[in-house]
Amino acid sequence: MADSDRAIELIDITKTYPGVLANDGVDLSVGLGDIHAIVGENGAGKSTLMNILYGMQSPDSGIIKVRGDEVSFGSPKDAIALGIGMVHQHFMLADNLTVLENIVLGDEPTKGLQLDFSFARDKITELSEQYGMPLDPDAMVEFLTIGERQRVEIMKVLYRGATILILDEPTAVLVPQEVDDLFNSLKELQAEGVTIIFISHKLDEVLSVSDAITVMRAGKTVATAVPSEITSHELAELMVGSELPTPETGESTVTDIVELAVSGLSNYHSDGRIAVDNVSFEIHQGEIVGIAGVDGNGQTELVDTIMGVRHAASGKVMLSGVDISGDDTKDRRTDGIGIIPGDRHRQGLLLDSSLWENAMLGHQTTAPFEKHGFVDKKGAKKRTGEIVERFDVRTPSVDVSAAALSGGNQQKLIVGKEMMAGPKVLIASHPTRGIDVGAQAAIWKELRDARAEGLAVLLISADLEELIGLSDTLLVMFDGAIAAELDPANVTPKTLGSHMTGVEVEEAS
Amino acid sequence: MKKIGLALLAPVVALVFAIGVAALALLAVGVNPGEAFKLMWDFGTTTTSIASIVNRSIPLYISAVAVAIGFQMKMFNIGVEGQYLVAALFAGWVGGSIAVWAPLHILIVIIVAVLVGALWAGIAGVLKVTRGVNEVVATIMLNFIGFSVVGYFLGNFFAVDSGALNQSTPLLPESGQIPGLNWIFTSLGFTEPRGTELQGFLIVAIIIGIAYYVLVWKTRFGFDLRASGANPGAAKMSGVNPKKMILYTMLLSGGVAGMVGLSTMFGKLHAYTQDFPRGLGFAGIAVALLGRNGAIGMALGALLFGFMERSALILDLNNIPKEVVQIIQGVVVLAVVIAYEVVDRWIKARELKAANAATQAFRSDGEEVAA
Repeated sequence: MADSDRAIELIDITKTYPGVLANDGVDLSVGLGDIHAIVGENGAGKSTLMNILYGMQSPDSGIIKVRGDEVSFGSPKDAIALGIGMVHQHFMLADNLTVLENIVLGDEPTKGLQLDFSFARDKITELSEQYGMPLDPDAMVEFLTIGERQRVEIMKVLYRGATILILDEPTAVLVPQEVDDLFNSLKELQAEGVTIIFISHKLDEVLSVSDAITVMRAGKTVATAVPSEITSHELAELMVGSELPTPETGESTVTDIVELAVSGLSNYHSDGRIAVDNVSFEIHQGEIVGIAGVDGNGQTELVDTIMGVRHAASGKVMLSGVDISGDDTKDRRTDGIGIIPGDRHRQGLLLDSSLWENAMLGHQTTAPFEKHGFVDKKGAKKRTGEIVERFDVRTPSVDVSAAALSGGNQQKLIVGKEMMAGPKVLIASHPTRGIDVGAQAAIWKELRDARAEGLAVLLISADLEELIGLSDTLLVMFDGAIAAELDPANVTPKTLGSHMTGVEVEEAS
Repeated sequence: MKKIGLALLAPVVALVFAIGVAALALLAVGVNPGEAFKLMWDFGTTTTSIASIVNRSIPLYISAVAVAIGFQMKMFNIGVEGQYLVAALFAGWVGGSIAVWAPLHILIVIIVAVLVGALWAGIAGVLKVTRGVNEVVATIMLNFIGFSVVGYFLGNFFAVDSGALNQSTPLLPESGQIPGLNWIFTSLGFTEPRGTELQGFLIVAIIIGIAYYVLVWKTRFGFDLRASGANPGAAKMSGVNPKKMILYTMLLSGGVAGMVGLSTMFGKLHAYTQDFPRGLGFAGIAVALLGRNGAIGMALGALLFGFMERSALILDLNNIPKEVVQIIQGVVVLAVVIAYEVVDRWIKARELKAANAATQAFRSDGEEVAA
């Protein structure tokens, strides 16, 4: 083995997916025994990079070195063999098994034909003492807290002999007390010589725990810094980029008629954490209100609550001055709220059904899709044909299944059917995510035109160009609450980045 | 034309495969398969047999429709068995206790059966909606409870003679019986079936089939139902209330299940008896699979099952093990499921190719414009 004080070196890693350059000449160098943080916005390429490092994907080009030796991974097995372990953001534990059983699952120690649980138990006890991570091997996982489950996940990786740990957004699901416990554990692990790479959006946490920080943006590594030499505001600016796109200088079409008013909206996750925290805002006719924020800060839950798919614990939703808080989703849609769901496969499409049936989805109670309780197939097909025509959906016919279309064409179909239904309010959640530039420009133009005609739009996006380019008002969501209201014409990377990552903002001087 | 060809490809392949397996089974027990199949065919195509086959297929079809309604939204009503037995008991008791104008009498019996079946299935629906109990577990348990309920009520309250070997509810009076349809054979110039009466409830079964087709594929409710099955998240976002949908589906499925036993009651036994036919609820699951939840497909599946059950009788008479028929039934269901999956994938691959071609055409258009 070559002598090296580097645990991991990634040199000039490039990885493309069809249409997307996920990693573009990425360099990363992690010192042995360091806690190294990787920060960046959604879609900056962090997950791709970690998947490459863990052997789940192979890079198109570039060099991976582990402890100084150049390696190539065929599968995570190869990475595990070199002592690299990954703890995913979403836990992969079997609730109905004990901690011990979960840890050995897939790597069971055997004695002859029997499982050798006593060996595993000794090893786990030893590891938990060594690393200061208390765990009861016989507890059922279903009764553990989130923090304890995470400890099981980490132990699972250590049990397999990992000395380099990758943690994907480990604090996203934790309450503050659990975050402190986690960081104490990480320090203990570090003291025992374990190298830790961890991904996060929360800059204050990153600064407090890590030895080095790498910032990624748009598939590139833009900076590597030492916490003592950088402030959270500088980090936030690096994440967002030094130049923000300029807003489209179209004339404001904002009227003073309030179309959608949300006041004091709150609700909770099933585990009791707050999902939407006292959110209030108004959208006028002819106005686009953009919501910026790192994914998972309550945007999805906010949309679901406005649509009535999720119940509000408190608060009100008013449409055109009428309180619709008690209405079900169907009524909200027929009253004129259109929705482009953020996850089109989960909430937007029937993949195995034809395009005309998909166009009907969400409008099955109104003409031209329905007549006296019956499906109006002729009307539906005609309307779908119009959508295909106007929104340039590339398809051989309206009878093929939605699964046959590319993501961009699926998205154009969804945008088209919502726009053509003539809504009063359109909730557009990531309307151009994962589609080509041409289709993106077309959708932006449609949104602008509809706004000029008086449509009220709530735009949720991770694409700053889209947000700043389209929005009349920009809101930032963090931890379920509206952290700031900004003017898209005057916003700076520093303030936007700070609000998105929960960094305390200094008073503007 | 091409589409129909594709639709038939899978079941034909499956049937041929199943017959092949059955032939091997026959060879293994030392019987000439050709001879055995000829016996089955000759016997199965007499008018008496045809009446018997149709009679057998009526309850199978209704049972399959009940199961298929649940399948449309990915719910498995495995409790058709219990639902139709409980329904038939109460319908038989009510029908045997009244005497009114014939059409009204028949209608009352049908309504009682539908309501009782719907209520029995509705218990599983309510449990799923309010407590999240899996409908498979709930309906299986309700089957067992149903068997006991039937035994208890029949033995203690509804039987004409509680000491009889074969306890029975009071017989339906003439006004509560549906006359047979053997005149269809004679008016078409065929010989009249002997000892068997083509059951009049066939007409109701056909109406159920048409209603099922219209409801699922032509109405908004059917669209909501299929959308909920295909993608619950998308259906919810589109405005479908999933809880209501679960409840309606269970009530509807149970209501149809309630009618499974009625053809036998109206046309043959004229009462609910202790030896009332059982197992039709489970057989209906196989028929629904065989017919891929299609109104016509399930009818063909039910007739095929009816034919095989009927023609098994002749095998017995010729000392050929009639279990061969059960082998065919089992293999044909498995083979159909696999064959459809293969054909489905093939059709999808073709669609994908066509869509890609459409996108490709767009790209080359773009280049031309650019150049």
